[in-house]
Amino acid sequence: MRAPSGQEIAAGDVLLSLENVSLAFGGVKALSDVSFDIRKSEIRAIIGPNGAGKTSMLNVINGFYQPQLGRITFKGKARAKMRPDEAARGGIARTFQNVALFKGMSALDNIMAGRSLKMHRGFFWQLLRHGPAMKEEVEHRLFVEEIIEFLHIQHIRKVQVGRLPYGLQKRVELGRALAMEPDLLLLDEPMAGMNLEEKEDMSRFVLDVNDHFGTTIALIEHDMGVVMDLSDRVVVLDYGRKIADGTPDVVKADQAVIDAYLGVAH
Amino acid sequence: MFYREAGQFKTTYESDQSVFPIRQDRIGLAIILVVAFVVVPLFGSSFLVNAVLIPFLVFSLAAIGLNLLTGYTGLLSLGSGAFMGVGAYACYKLTTYFPGVNILVWIVCSGFFSALVGVFFGLPSMRIKGFYLAVATLAAQFFLEWCFLRIPWLYNNNISGAIEVPTRTLFGLIITGPNAAPQTRYLIVLTIVTLMTLAASNLMHGRIGRMWMAVRDMDIAAELMGIRLLPTKLTAFAVSSFYCGVAGAMLVFLWYGGAEPNVFSIDQSFLILFMIIVGGLGSLLGSFLGAALIFILPIILRTVPAQFGLPIHAATVEHLTFMIVGALIIFFLIVEPHGLARLWQIAKQKLRVWPFPY
Amino acid sequence: MNLLYMIFVDPFMQMAAAPDLLVQTLWEGLVGGMLYALIALGFVLIFKASGVFNFAQGIMVVFAALTLVGTYHLLVLYGVSNTHLAAYVALAITIGVMFVLAYSVERLVLRPLVNQPDIILFMATFGLTYFLIGFGELVFGGEPKVMIADALYLPRGSVDYKILGGLVSLQKIDIAAAVIASLMVAALSVFFSKTRIGRALRAVADSHKAALSVGISLEQIWVTVWFAAGLVALVTGIMWGARSNVSFALQVISLKALPVLILGGFTSIPGAIVGGLIIGIGEKIGEFYWGPLIGGGTDSWLAYVIALVFLLFRPQGLFGEKIIERI
Repeated sequence: MRAPSGQEIAAGDVLLSLENVSLAFGGVKALSDVSFDIRKSEIRAIIGPNGAGKTSMLNVINGFYQPQLGRITFKGKARAKMRPDEAARGGIARTFQNVALFKGMSALDNIMAGRSLKMHRGFFWQLLRHGPAMKEEVEHRLFVEEIIEFLHIQHIRKVQVGRLPYGLQKRVELGRALAMEPDLLLLDEPMAGMNLEEKEDMSRFVLDVNDHFGTTIALIEHDMGVVMDLSDRVVVLDYGRKIADGTPDVVKADQAVIDAYLGVAH
Repeated sequence: MFYREAGQFKTTYESDQSVFPIRQDRIGLAIILVVAFVVVPLFGSSFLVNAVLIPFLVFSLAAIGLNLLTGYTGLLSLGSGAFMGVGAYACYKLTTYFPGVNILVWIVCSGFFSALVGVFFGLPSMRIKGFYLAVATLAAQFFLEWCFLRIPWLYNNNISGAIEVPTRTLFGLIITGPNAAPQTRYLIVLTIVTLMTLAASNLMHGRIGRMWMAVRDMDIAAELMGIRLLPTKLTAFAVSSFYCGVAGAMLVFLWYGGAEPNVFSIDQSFLILFMIIVGGLGSLLGSFLGAALIFILPIILRTVPAQFGLPIHAATVEHLTFMIVGALIIFFLIVEPHGLARLWQIAKQKLRVWPFPY
Repeated sequence: MNLLYMIFVDPFMQMAAAPDLLVQTLWEGLVGGMLYALIALGFVLIFKASGVFNFAQGIMVVFAALTLVGTYHLLVLYGVSNTHLAAYVALAITIGVMFVLAYSVERLVLRPLVNQPDIILFMATFGLTYFLIGFGELVFGGEPKVMIADALYLPRGSVDYKILGGLVSLQKIDIAAAVIASLMVAALSVFFSKTRIGRALRAVADSHKAALSVGISLEQIWVTVWFAAGLVALVTGIMWGARSNVSFALQVISLKALPVLILGGFTSIPGAIVGGLIIGIGEKIGEFYWGPLIGGGTDSWLAYVIALVFLLFRPQGLFGEKIIERI
């Protein structure tokens, strides 16, 4: 696999920053005045109790929700309104809390669908499916096969994903996101509902993606052990506000975080 | 026992990506094509060709058209009958104004008009989906039907309000109009349907097919992956309507020889929808199987009991057809929502491992 | 300029010039709209309780009316000489048939399809539609029939009012329909909001699985609600049949309930009523004042276009709440 594009930002520099972002649905505040940044090539964890606004955070980052207030800077460019497909074009990929695969398609086709943005042969070549169109198809198939090998899912390539067990579905979903060669990979609870062994596998994949390709990763996770092991920095949300931000050790010792998790009257 | 893929190794991704990776399937397809292109025109009776095969092929193409939209992209349309009508009327007007240009060109070109109208009525898919979109397509159906009825220009101000197909030739051979031989028309229909099926299959196995299915299965995830929903859906509307339009033009020019607006009524739309439900949503093969079942069922009901000396009244046949089609749809949705095409797949899978259960 | 005048000025001049005609057109739109609303009401009942978008509701109207008339003629044929008696016995039998229909639908269609995607259930009701058309015509014949309005003691004739310098004439049957429809809507509203079954219905609509898990019997709910929809269909069929005649040609008209639902939302009873009235009045006024400009006959599609335009501005319907998509 090639390293993701966007080399102008060196490792360790800020890739994405959110400043004073607020999001509300009607009267319900999902996020209020949250600021944090994600640095190039790090693994950034977003944690917090249920309903803290973690998934809303990811939705804001990839343009699915538009925040009412605040500023988002991605790759050095401040962006105003952005549609989800524009975010994807900009290099943001993601997986979902409840697996959102294309259930009627095979694992291979799902991952190939992740290459849609990278394929350019037009409609009439597609009709023919020979010559350049076929060449492009095979080129991308090679790339996808690398991902399949990386995730150890060779045996289920041609299986319809709706029939796969949950753990494998999560893996296919990761594969689909990787196929987009993202600069920033958002993982929404990649290990939810997994047993210990599956969690270990998935942790390994996440670390490998980060190591080998230098992909920046932001992940939401409930398993504290996993979070502390994987992440470089952790941001903690509670009731839509940021209550702590820093390295795992710092966050672990933070009084506000302990209160949020153990429950102190607000 | 003959249906084994053992020993057939794929050495390139190109061969693994092909539409029929198993050799026996390719042989079977070749046999079907030979029968369809050579044996039928030589030995088939005029009744078989004209009353069974031509309409079967035409409806199959319309069913493929709807299947591209509903089965592959997940957008339910109840307007396919009207889009067929657009094709038919466009072809009629084109050949009226440019009688010098070969009619086959116009039959194919009429699809573009249909595609244009399809895109227009597909625009609401920007904001709405599901049942809501189905109602939007009903607007297309009834509005277009009204146009066919109320705009005399469309049928050249004929007193009858119907369109009549003029005689046209290809290389001196009469191919449309009352004097065209059924075999000739059959071969033309067959050629067009074969080519367009091939094109549809290519499209569905490539990037565009995957994008359509992605939108069908999980539109939000598709959007977050960078697939722009509206252009994708509109392409599906355009291609689907193109297919329906060509099917409509062929229906009138190569089968009926003339048509009134009620040919393109809501009932036609329903029949085509039923074909793909029974045949299999999201399957090209299913479109053919469904068209065969829904179209041939009434013919069987008419002829078979008569052979046993129990002629059924024409009206009764119609009522029975309605009942059976209705029951079949419910039956298929309960037992096998993927239709006849899935049953065929299961049968093939069984055959592959026969005589062992797995 | 002339065209603009004809579109934007002239129709309103006509309205002002002959207010009695306007009132008459409005009334007719209102009555037509009420019938759409009644069909839509049947849809809403079933959608609320089973999440099924019942395409067959329109056909159930025809089927109920056909059963009523058909049974009545059979009864008369086999020697029931009192027409009123025959009519009410036929009515009772038809109610029975609607119950059997509800029960069979639950048994043969809904139960095997529990937890399937909505669109599959929707298409299953297409199947039901076709089955009912075929079955109804097979048993009772395909030719149009006359509704037995007199035998059912429904009023006939019209009431004329001299107002606005002209004559406005209201059919008595329409007035009766309005009264009966209002009563029925009131009864259904009470049923939905106040009774135990009503509460269960709403639970089932939200989630089949969750409702099952708290011990609500899906079977009972579905039979009840399809039966209720059947009764609504019967009333609609009688009223409608009394205005024109009873045949499956009505199915095209009954599709008009779909735009009504889009306007009113799939789950709102007031929505169905208001939507029905808007569509009914809209298409009558549109056809009467603007239709002639483009050749008439616009009522075949105007309802859909009204709904479509509306959808583009308010996708969630008149009374629906804005949907927040989650992922």
